[in-house]
Amino acid sequence: MAPKLEVEDLNAWFGTKQVLKNINIKIEENAVTAIIGPSGCGKTTFLRCLNRMHEINPDARVSGKVLFNGLNIYGNGVDPVMIRKKIGMVFQKPNPFPMMSIYDNVVAGLKLNGVRDKKSLDAVVRRSLELVNLWDEVKDDLNKSGASLSGGQQQRLCIARALAVEPEVLLMDEPCSALDPISTAKIEVLIRKLAKTYTIVIVTHNMQQAARVSDYTAFFYLGELIEYGPTKQIFENPKHELTEKYITGKFG
Amino acid sequence: MRKPNYYKLRLIKDRVMFLLVYLSLALALIPLFSILYEVVQRGIPAINLDFFIKPTPTVGEKGGGVANAIQGTLITIGLASVIGIPVGLMSGIFLSEYSEHKLSTIIRFFNDVLSGVPSIIIGVFAYALIVRSIGFSVIAAAFALSIIMIPIVTRTVEEALKLIPMNIREAAIALGVPRWKTVVAIVLRGARKAVVTGILLSIARIAGESAPVLVTMGFWRWWFAGLDRPAANLALNIFIFAMSPFENWIVLAWGSALILILLVLGINIAVRIFIRGRY
Repeated sequence: MAPKLEVEDLNAWFGTKQVLKNINIKIEENAVTAIIGPSGCGKTTFLRCLNRMHEINPDARVSGKVLFNGLNIYGNGVDPVMIRKKIGMVFQKPNPFPMMSIYDNVVAGLKLNGVRDKKSLDAVVRRSLELVNLWDEVKDDLNKSGASLSGGQQQRLCIARALAVEPEVLLMDEPCSALDPISTAKIEVLIRKLAKTYTIVIVTHNMQQAARVSDYTAFFYLGELIEYGPTKQIFENPKHELTEKYITGKFG
Repeated sequence: MRKPNYYKLRLIKDRVMFLLVYLSLALALIPLFSILYEVVQRGIPAINLDFFIKPTPTVGEKGGGVANAIQGTLITIGLASVIGIPVGLMSGIFLSEYSEHKLSTIIRFFNDVLSGVPSIIIGVFAYALIVRSIGFSVIAAAFALSIIMIPIVTRTVEEALKLIPMNIREAAIALGVPRWKTVVAIVLRGARKAVVTGILLSIARIAGESAPVLVTMGFWRWWFAGLDRPAANLALNIFIFAMSPFENWIVLAWGSALILILLVLGINIAVRIFIRGRY
């Protein structure tokens, strides 16, 4: 299998503070890659570098390459808006659009990019909500506010919203950290289901979660990629001492 | 040893604070209601059909109305809004959404200064800039009023947009929505109630301005005769009529005051119904 994303010599800064140091990693297609590491190690920044969300921050800076299907997303003339359509993102806290119905939330990305056809929008809403296992729960309330749902439902709505624009990669930034265990379990099942057709990169604080859902695991520490490999190997037989200390809970 | 009864002490403190809060509320509301009572009580006798369909009576003439002033006020604040709202709205968007820009601190500072400038000075500015070239006119008055509007709209729009959390903007940007569309369709839409409230407050504020109208348009007894001519104005009418020795005009001044309050109230209610969303 060819890698979906190839990161080469990626460095990232906030102002003068370097938060990512020389990251090289190949992310496999149709697999779940988990990013683990202690707070402040650059996990989230790394994720946001993969779809050019890092540069939203005014004093953020990036150097290096990220090849998406072989194309450098930081190359000259590459439109970040196009990249973000292909590489979607789910955030830590569920963030449905306020003052918008469930229906409008799902199709917001399409509508704002000019899709008007009611029939195809209806189809997208149904397909996306079914994909995230939310359709049966909300099919009679599509006109209700997205904010009226429970936290776990809101997060699935946000995943549906990201999937509606038909990305190839889904980046998830601790998608379960604000959720209860039952909602978390639902999202984890969903992640496995989505991995059949999407490439997923998930940042998580929860090592059990990484072990449960991911095929590959990358361990970050102080802005550096310490170890990367199949999840089984990382958890059962880590090569690096720091990785072992972290996954056995000696620091974190 | 007996334990001191802190609970009772707290209870007393609670009651006292409660009383103080209610007292302050009453103190704030008494002037409001006494003004309303006075205006309604004295204004109602002036209200009849003629009041709404006839223009300012000449001195000594009986009856007459303020129809021309209602017309002139609506046209003047309408034109002021057409200038002031877009400028204020866009400045507010700039200050909130592009606050990393070097200019934003400077703009915010001068906007605050502008909102503190006495309205008569803005009137004199409009006099120097417009009245001296095209004469006393609706255009000059609307220009002055729009300058009073701009800082109010700018500030309230900025505050309203800042209340929309950053992660909502990021969600839209991460969907591949361009930044300007994110601002218009997500941020502005999410904050539309607060934005509209700010705009309404600014309209109410300029509807009641008389000093800048006096220096830019002056008193006009007739119907609206074009944007380059003066027009009658309710707020200015109140000033002129109330200062006059003519009983008929004084009655009309009270009526105008009542109408001005109802007009502002009416605009408020109408727009609120218009924007009422489901969420």
